[in-house]
Amino acid sequence: MKRISFDEVAKNNVKTGILFFLFFGIVLGLGVLTGIILGNPNTGILIAVVIFLIYSAIAWFKGKTIALSLTGAKKAPQQQYQQLHNVVEEISISAGISKPDVYIIEDTSMNAFATGLKPEDSAVAITTGLLNKLDREELTGVIAHEVAHVKLRDTRTMLIAGVLVGSIILLSDIIFRFSLFGGRERDGRMQLILLIVGVVLILLAPLIGQLIKLAISRKREFAADAEAATLTRNPGGLASALQKLSTQHKKTLDNESQALQHMYIIGPDTKSWLKNLFRTHPPTEQRIERLKEM
Amino acid sequence: MITTLTVIIAVILLAYTIFYNKLIRLKNQVENSWAQIDVQLKRRADLLPAIVTVVKKYAEHEKDVFSYVSNARQKMLNAQTPQENATADASIQSALKSVFAVAEDYPELKADKNFQQLQEEISSTENRVAYARQNYNDLVMKYNTTIESIPSNIISSIHNIFEQKEFFEATEEEKAVPDVKEQL
Repeated sequence: MKRISFDEVAKNNVKTGILFFLFFGIVLGLGVLTGIILGNPNTGILIAVVIFLIYSAIAWFKGKTIALSLTGAKKAPQQQYQQLHNVVEEISISAGISKPDVYIIEDTSMNAFATGLKPEDSAVAITTGLLNKLDREELTGVIAHEVAHVKLRDTRTMLIAGVLVGSIILLSDIIFRFSLFGGRERDGRMQLILLIVGVVLILLAPLIGQLIKLAISRKREFAADAEAATLTRNPGGLASALQKLSTQHKKTLDNESQALQHMYIIGPDTKSWLKNLFRTHPPTEQRIERLKEM
Repeated sequence: MITTLTVIIAVILLAYTIFYNKLIRLKNQVENSWAQIDVQLKRRADLLPAIVTVVKKYAEHEKDVFSYVSNARQKMLNAQTPQENATADASIQSALKSVFAVAEDYPELKADKNFQQLQEEISSTENRVAYARQNYNDLVMKYNTTIESIPSNIISSIHNIFEQKEFFEATEEEKAVPDVKEQL
């Protein structure tokens, strides 16, 4: 088995950078368009930057808290969840990072996720449904996958991606509204062109943003599986957990939210190519196969 | 001409700084991960008195086991050299094994909640020790490779603070499966 993690961190950082500039370009472009509608491109850029900064500040300071509270995660008491705490601690030692906070989601569904901008301020959460179904070895595999996301900075990448998609959606919405009602008086043809551009943008821009985000999410799942195998030196544990998940997993959380799907250890499995384009995770079968080859 | 020279010197200085800092960071990571192993070994030694207390409640007359455990712990606390440390570590491992072997004869002990919790703590500590060593070895490998690779090898040959680190290898005592009966 090859140790890949350090290169993966570097590669991931570069990818985050490229993603960041690409997305930021789209945000600025939309800003310029907003400005044109308002009569001054500079105003539009200013609006775009302000929206982006506000979203970033929220994600930076509250991203972890928001993700945890949206899923209904509660801090797992050490006394009650002794084994879970121990497993998280063991894996963080293996990964050489400080122990993430441990959260529990009281839910019969089976899933787990990690969040946080940096390893020193991160959290892993697991549903009681999953926790009760796994033995210690499988639990170690699942936790290793989540800790790998933290170690490889995937949680940060996805948080930034989320902010940028959010900014794009808000800007497209602004453009759409303004092109409908018009900021200034202008002739009918101009109004029509702007309306068409607005409609195309509101449909297309968020979609492109979403697709970029999903593509990254899928790639990161394989990397996290590989890193989990390296951390535990036991790909079998995670493979067996994924097997259990894929046979018993019917939906993500009861209070399912599409926006959070990419965070979980497993996404809904589907055969349709269109749904495959929108999936957050690679097919579980494929992940298990790769783990078995390690 | 002078500008070209300045640029070349600036680039060399920049590269020097980057690679020097990289080596320092790796060196500190290796040393920190070594300390982490000690932390976990200490944790295991500290669990011993607790497990003895619980076992005593149900199996008071198993005096041999208790003295064996306290000897092993004393060895660990007195250990100075890595060699002594490894020996003490091996005897703690076999001491723990003998405790759990004794527990097999006492169903009430095995059902005790405290005992079960301690059992989980001890097996977790075993894992932690193993993972800490694994992490240490991984970091040593990365550090040693970097020291020998171009261009970091130039910097490591200028500064003699960067020396190859040794891998952790299990001692012969640890590799051998201890015979519990013989030691009692």
